[in-house]
Amino acid sequence: MKSAILVFPGTNRERDAADAIKLVSGKAPTMVWHQETDIPDVDLIVVPGGFSYGDYLRAGAIAARSPVIADLMKKAKSGITVLGICNGFQILTETGLLPGSLARNTGLDFLCHDVHMKVDNNQTRFSNKYAPGQIIRFPIAHHDGNYFADPDTLKKIEDAGQVVFRYCTPNGDISMQGNPNGSINNIAGLTNSDGNVMGLMPHPENLIDPLLGGTDGRIMFESLIGRAA
Amino acid sequence: MSKLDPGNNSEPEVNAVLGAEHGLAPDEYQKIIDLIERVPTFTELGIFSAMWNEHCSYKSSKKWLKTLPTTGECVILGPGENAGVVDIGDGQVVVFKMESHNHPSYIEPFQGAATGVGGILRDVFTMGARPIATMNALRFGEPGHPKTRHLVAGVVAGIGGYGNCFGVPTVGGEVNFHKRYNGNILVNAFAAGLADADKIFLSEAKGVGLPVVYLGAKTGRDGIHGATMASAEFDESIEEKRPTVQVGDPFTEKCLMEACMELMASGAVIAIQDMGAAGLTCSAVEMGAKGNLGIRLDLDHVPCREDAMTAYEMMLSESQERMLMVLDPAKEEEARGIFEKWGLDFAIVGITTDDLRFRVVRNGIEVADLPIKELGDEAPEYDRPWVAPTPKAPLEAGAIPDVDIADALLTLIGSPDLASRRWVWEQYDHLIQGNTIVRPGSDAAIVRVTGHDKKALAFSSDVTPRYCEADPFEGGKQAVAECWRNLTASGATPLAASDNLNFGNPEKPEIMGQLVRAVEGIGEACRALNFPVVSGNVSLYNETKDEPILPTPTIAGVGLIEDLANTARMAFTAEDEIIVLVGATDSWGTHLGQSIFLREICDLEDGPPPPVDLEQELRTGNLVRGLIHDHLVTAVHDCSDGGLAIALAEMAIASGIGASTNAPADPSQVAAFFGEDQGRYVMTLRLEDRDALWDRCEKAGVGIAEIGKTTASELKLGEAKPISIEDLRDRHEAWFPQFMKS
Repeated sequence: MKSAILVFPGTNRERDAADAIKLVSGKAPTMVWHQETDIPDVDLIVVPGGFSYGDYLRAGAIAARSPVIADLMKKAKSGITVLGICNGFQILTETGLLPGSLARNTGLDFLCHDVHMKVDNNQTRFSNKYAPGQIIRFPIAHHDGNYFADPDTLKKIEDAGQVVFRYCTPNGDISMQGNPNGSINNIAGLTNSDGNVMGLMPHPENLIDPLLGGTDGRIMFESLIGRAA
Repeated sequence: MSKLDPGNNSEPEVNAVLGAEHGLAPDEYQKIIDLIERVPTFTELGIFSAMWNEHCSYKSSKKWLKTLPTTGECVILGPGENAGVVDIGDGQVVVFKMESHNHPSYIEPFQGAATGVGGILRDVFTMGARPIATMNALRFGEPGHPKTRHLVAGVVAGIGGYGNCFGVPTVGGEVNFHKRYNGNILVNAFAAGLADADKIFLSEAKGVGLPVVYLGAKTGRDGIHGATMASAEFDESIEEKRPTVQVGDPFTEKCLMEACMELMASGAVIAIQDMGAAGLTCSAVEMGAKGNLGIRLDLDHVPCREDAMTAYEMMLSESQERMLMVLDPAKEEEARGIFEKWGLDFAIVGITTDDLRFRVVRNGIEVADLPIKELGDEAPEYDRPWVAPTPKAPLEAGAIPDVDIADALLTLIGSPDLASRRWVWEQYDHLIQGNTIVRPGSDAAIVRVTGHDKKALAFSSDVTPRYCEADPFEGGKQAVAECWRNLTASGATPLAASDNLNFGNPEKPEIMGQLVRAVEGIGEACRALNFPVVSGNVSLYNETKDEPILPTPTIAGVGLIEDLANTARMAFTAEDEIIVLVGATDSWGTHLGQSIFLREICDLEDGPPPPVDLEQELRTGNLVRGLIHDHLVTAVHDCSDGGLAIALAEMAIASGIGASTNAPADPSQVAAFFGEDQGRYVMTLRLEDRDALWDRCEKAGVGIAEIGKTTASELKLGEAKPISIEDLRDRHEAWFPQFMKS
């Protein structure tokens, strides 16, 4: 599987994403600087986590206006797989590739800890190696992860089965108790209507090795590889 | 008398009074006049005040710092550069240092703490090392003080705001509360980075006529006299000093780090130095003086954020995220291109010279012309008078009431100094970079070395200020021993340490006595444990209205783990395993002087601190590390604050597995469970390994006591009533979030 990772000033989890992809695919991704206007021909484009432009205007807003975004839009519309993690998810909503937006966590604090999620849809290219309804554990590390969409948009998202992961308690209850940031309908990750673009707040790339405390994140990357192979 | 421009007319007249306002004592001011044989210009006075203040010159502590052991098999570079450099094998080094940002953090907690993190990160990447971990040792006033909550919230948000955006995991640290920090909090920030041993960058300028380049963010009026402010006591007017606190921009720092890494790889860097305390002044003087070269700066080329900044302001600004370097002129275009790519300033602002002068030009006029070596070398150095602290008498026999052991444990596990710090470290990204093997909340954090499967580094930061107050010598020893012990308990081989010495006003003999004795204790422990001090920082004048802080010599240590398979955690791993106390004498615990029990349960801070037997410490630690490596023990935790009871409770909470101990034969149940005797580890083992373990302890000459076994889901201490782990955990986790909400 060939892959590329977009790098903006302030991106800081590009190496984590590259490590995860290399671990499962054996191939190091190409790093693409935000000033580039052409992304190489790849099977997967990752928009990684970080604080692009310091999150100074609104998380992801400035990055979404970078030169590289035009080609990202083109490739996404042609069906190439695009994965946005954390700040990458925020950037993808800012570009309009994904619906909704991400606001400040309801508790107002930056939060870094493991969360549990239920696999709501395992029929996507991002989640096909998970069992339906499987409860998995990923870490989060964000300040602005509170997903919001207006009622019409939300209905479309839900009706089309675009929600891939929902925050839950360790027992699998989709409740406020298991919701770290106030996201509407406990949405942790979702795809576009075509299913080739996904954004999620938690960090699968930081739970890929038993030494790090788990491998649930690795399965997400294996889902992507399986499809490409 | 001078070819120097006297400055514009708005500049004040330079005299001894103005010198005093710059923190220069009358004899120090006279020393300047003797040195340069004339009255300094206003800009020169500013430069002297920046170079000769306590923060930059270490004038009160230098004599004593020189006594610390700074060399060792693994030490590549000890104190003197931006950070210490220690060999970790495979051609790689770890570069680390701890530094205080106390005074600014009290005045403006968010920015003060944020720029403390920024400064220590710069110290590390200036040397060519990519930061891989940070820690923070924080001391606040008593929880009930009206300012404490605001300061905790601001400092934690500031540390998180900077480190999270920069992209380095914050993996450990300390948070303590005590009324003696009501007027002066402590924010000690540690950073460690990884580099190839043959790609370390230094600040020593080389070559005459080479361009001196300014890198990074623009210069503004923030932080002017920050280092001078950090070299004086606080009084009522301290709030007015807010403009001396710098403002941090972690996004720019991240870009600066990436740009510096690219620049260093390009071969363009001859010497590099970050602009920290006293900004442009300190960095330029240090580069020139170390290289036996002069430096001429033309301030008209310095990128400024504000119009019409004077030479004085520019030389004293502590604006953040800036670097100074000596450039290989052949690489100028390549170097400039890298900084333009990252959207940062790159300006040639000076040149190296062979005249050993530090010259500063503004608007075409020379406003400073000083001997560069003497600016640093001739800084005052004091042998300040000191008095040895009076030792505390042992506790009286009747001082300890008989209390319910279970109730006392529940109180202590939820007390301000022992409650879980989860509320703090969940606001720090501790997982970024994907190498955090042991997360915060353990004895030592473990971070895998990037690019290796098995190799890792362990980090711990420790000091027990109440011990240091009661006996600075034993307290200094204990800080080192506990740090070394925490690294050992994880299975790591301790390599080296950084010391961050926080004290009150050194002009008072009793404070100076604390400093002297603590440094002597640190030195003795570091020598005994082969744990050299490779970097550090001194913060004095932590004192408000004659109330000094507790003496707080923080020790941050780094250990090496060759194989992650040979490590230990504090969580119990299975039921029905044997629990032992290793390093014990005949008794489970004896020493309650200065214990948390005494303070929290008896409302008494009295007695001597527990003594540290360094020879025994070394023997026990080496034994424990061997047992971990040979997989003879299944869980390991050091026994420190709160004694055996707290150690067992933490092991139970971390695992969800319970424990039941025998009834100690000790005369005092309280001392057995809450005594803070040093040099001890609680460990678990499988039944079948009992003989092997006892054999090893006997051969090593280390005491061992079997104290109980692991059980289902309760903690039962001797004959005390059992406590469910859920209750323990609830108490442990409740205090911090409730305090911050209250």
